[in-house]
Amino acid sequence: MFYREAGQYKTSYAADQATFPILQDRIGIGIILFVAAVIIPLFGNDFLLQAVMTPFLVFALATIGLNLLTGYTGLLSLGTGAFMGVGAYACYKLTTIFPDVNIIVWIVCSGFFSAAVGVLFGLPSLRIKGFYLAVATLAAQFFLSWCFIRVPWLYNYNVSGAIEVPQRSLFGIPVTGPNSAPVTRYLIVLTIVVVMTWLASNLIRGRIGRMWMAVRDMDIAAELIGIRLLNTKLLAFAVSSFYCGVAGAMMVFLWYGGAEADVFSINQSFTILFMVIIGGLGSLVGSFFGAALIYILPIILRFVPAELGVPLNAATVEHLTFIIVGALIIVFLIVEPHGLARLWQIAKQKLRVWPFPY
Amino acid sequence: MQKKHLVLGAAFAALIGGVFVPPPAQAQDTIYIPLFTYRTGPFAGSGIPIANGMADYLNMLNERDGGIGGVKLQVEECETGYDTKKGVECYESVKSKKPVVINPYSTGITLQLIPKAAVDKIPVLSMAYGLSASADGTNFPWVFNPPVTYWDGASVFVKYAAQKEGGFDKLKGKKLGLVHLDAPYGKEPIPLLEALAKEYGFELKLYPVPASEMQNQSSLWLNVRRDRPDWIYLQGWGAMNPTAVKEAAKINFPMDRLIGVWWSGGDDDARPAGDGAKGYSSLDFHAVGTDFPVIKDIQKYVVDKGKSQVQKEKVGENLYNRGVYNSMLVAEAIRTAQQLTGKKVVTGEDVRRGLEQLNITEDRLKEMGAAGFAAPVRTSCTDHNGHHKVFMATWDGTKWVKSSDWMEPIKDKVRPLIESAAKTYVESNAGWPKRTEPCDKSS
Repeated sequence: MFYREAGQYKTSYAADQATFPILQDRIGIGIILFVAAVIIPLFGNDFLLQAVMTPFLVFALATIGLNLLTGYTGLLSLGTGAFMGVGAYACYKLTTIFPDVNIIVWIVCSGFFSAAVGVLFGLPSLRIKGFYLAVATLAAQFFLSWCFIRVPWLYNYNVSGAIEVPQRSLFGIPVTGPNSAPVTRYLIVLTIVVVMTWLASNLIRGRIGRMWMAVRDMDIAAELIGIRLLNTKLLAFAVSSFYCGVAGAMMVFLWYGGAEADVFSINQSFTILFMVIIGGLGSLVGSFFGAALIYILPIILRFVPAELGVPLNAATVEHLTFIIVGALIIVFLIVEPHGLARLWQIAKQKLRVWPFPY
Repeated sequence: MQKKHLVLGAAFAALIGGVFVPPPAQAQDTIYIPLFTYRTGPFAGSGIPIANGMADYLNMLNERDGGIGGVKLQVEECETGYDTKKGVECYESVKSKKPVVINPYSTGITLQLIPKAAVDKIPVLSMAYGLSASADGTNFPWVFNPPVTYWDGASVFVKYAAQKEGGFDKLKGKKLGLVHLDAPYGKEPIPLLEALAKEYGFELKLYPVPASEMQNQSSLWLNVRRDRPDWIYLQGWGAMNPTAVKEAAKINFPMDRLIGVWWSGGDDDARPAGDGAKGYSSLDFHAVGTDFPVIKDIQKYVVDKGKSQVQKEKVGENLYNRGVYNSMLVAEAIRTAQQLTGKKVVTGEDVRRGLEQLNITEDRLKEMGAAGFAAPVRTSCTDHNGHHKVFMATWDGTKWVKSSDWMEPIKDKVRPLIESAAKTYVESNAGWPKRTEPCDKSS
């Protein structure tokens, strides 16, 4: 009843091919954007902005990046953390060498460095598939992590081996460094994530996305209908790494405010991969669901005992959170192996026929 | 059925909503001290005794004296798992409750909080860890790392080696190894050791241990066996320490030539190697054991009443006492702040002044019931560390025993390095705020 497209006639191709052809979807996305861009910055406290929303958006962008590669092109990668690191270190080098260029330009540009590295490590993907490719990207992960620790040029010979974010401003307002307000940083992250998600959604609906999906579904058939495998796969690696690189740069510059190489370890890669799998392979909205479930849920759970007034000490809560999140992941995967995105699709279908399930 | 779902959903929504509603304003008659601890994860082995020690001392003050200066302390732990990400999250969540001081208990988290401290007006106490350069109070007015820096520790190691070899000139041509965790924490002593190597003509060998390989060090110790260093300095943490000590015992490295930094001196670090660890020494700046009135009070007021998470027999162990020592510094800083301002309920800004004017004399230690527990501590506006004396504690197979006199760090080598490192830090962070905080006259 609530979610029925009956009566919404399309009179032009443009309307028919819109990103959100259904009115309810347009209203929904409008409300979400309004809440994200107006309500949360106005009424959210620093904790919500700084420790919940900003990380969530950063993770969502990285998840979209990996989803383009794994979900849409069918290439398994375990190097996400390292590609994020390339973005972060590239941004750090760029902004320390050219401090006068706007930091946001560098955050976006650092994606290109990540893309280049991604292409390099994507080369084996033409020959190997599946688990073997995962191992090849694992090599990228270890090699790049090693570089982050062992190449002192990357962190400007800092004694502690960490990269520290200098203060940079936009129109006189500090956007990075300790003096920047969480609201400013959140709004920048939000803008970048929204724009890049919109780009991604158009990319996968167009020729390139169809090529990727053809390769995913059967690469020999794709080759026979005239898709060049090498170009397509490398393009997927490049775009995916670009997204991950931008996410990594945002992570350090707009969230952490400084990082050590350990941040971009194999654990980071696994976290992002889990977000992709739980959110739903080959779904953009799933990337957001996955990031929310894995990142935000533990934070909420940590506050539940305090909310209910149960006196538990910090460590027990931490253990409980681990157990509950782990159990929930298994439950979700049993209930719906195709991820939260599929659940959302089912829910939409139910809403459509409600209250007359025929 | 439907109704049940609705009720469940509403309850869940209320719960989530509740999380993000700002907590009610603090009652203004307590002092809020958050403790960042890690009782989970790969570093829990070192983290648990420290967490217990820190919490127990503060709780003892609450039970025995009713807080500090009559003001109750509100102590709250936040679990970081030694993870920088969670540490920053903890910081954001406690910030609104107006903490008077932050104890990050991880060099990684400290590095993240250093720039924030001046902005949020919350002092950071990184007790004998963190950024060595932050001992420079002129550039880091909000960061404190008494009683010693890693560079002091490394200089005492070199001094001790020189003593045993028969003088600094005998160090020439010797090989000194550094087995360190490959993270900011482990890499801290390298610049100083390199400078000293140039000065005294010894060769410095580095043996980095990646955090993922902490419990798998056999290949590294094969390299040690090949290089045959004369002395080894161990800068490890968590599961890395017992593994290193065990491996050293396995290759028959002379234990009296293996020296650990104070963070490598946990009882559980030496114990697993059994008799092999006998003679292993670590630097230390406070005593072990329970033979001090202050520890007895903790046992009486907190542990015996079941208000602590510590196992009774672990009270007085090295890392437990380190936690106690940390809390002593916190408590003394608050007390000093109360004296300076005349206020009872002090704020972060007051405690910063208190930390700057810290002067724990022998007499004061006696009053605290800690005579002989630690050396006097004194900081100043320019020197946020003090570069105090440390001693060697040696493992006798069952416990740590003090085995040397208090040794002074090579201060004239360390201090210039600290000042130049602080300068570099400020230069590389364009827009670093100049110190505007006035300096109190020392009382």
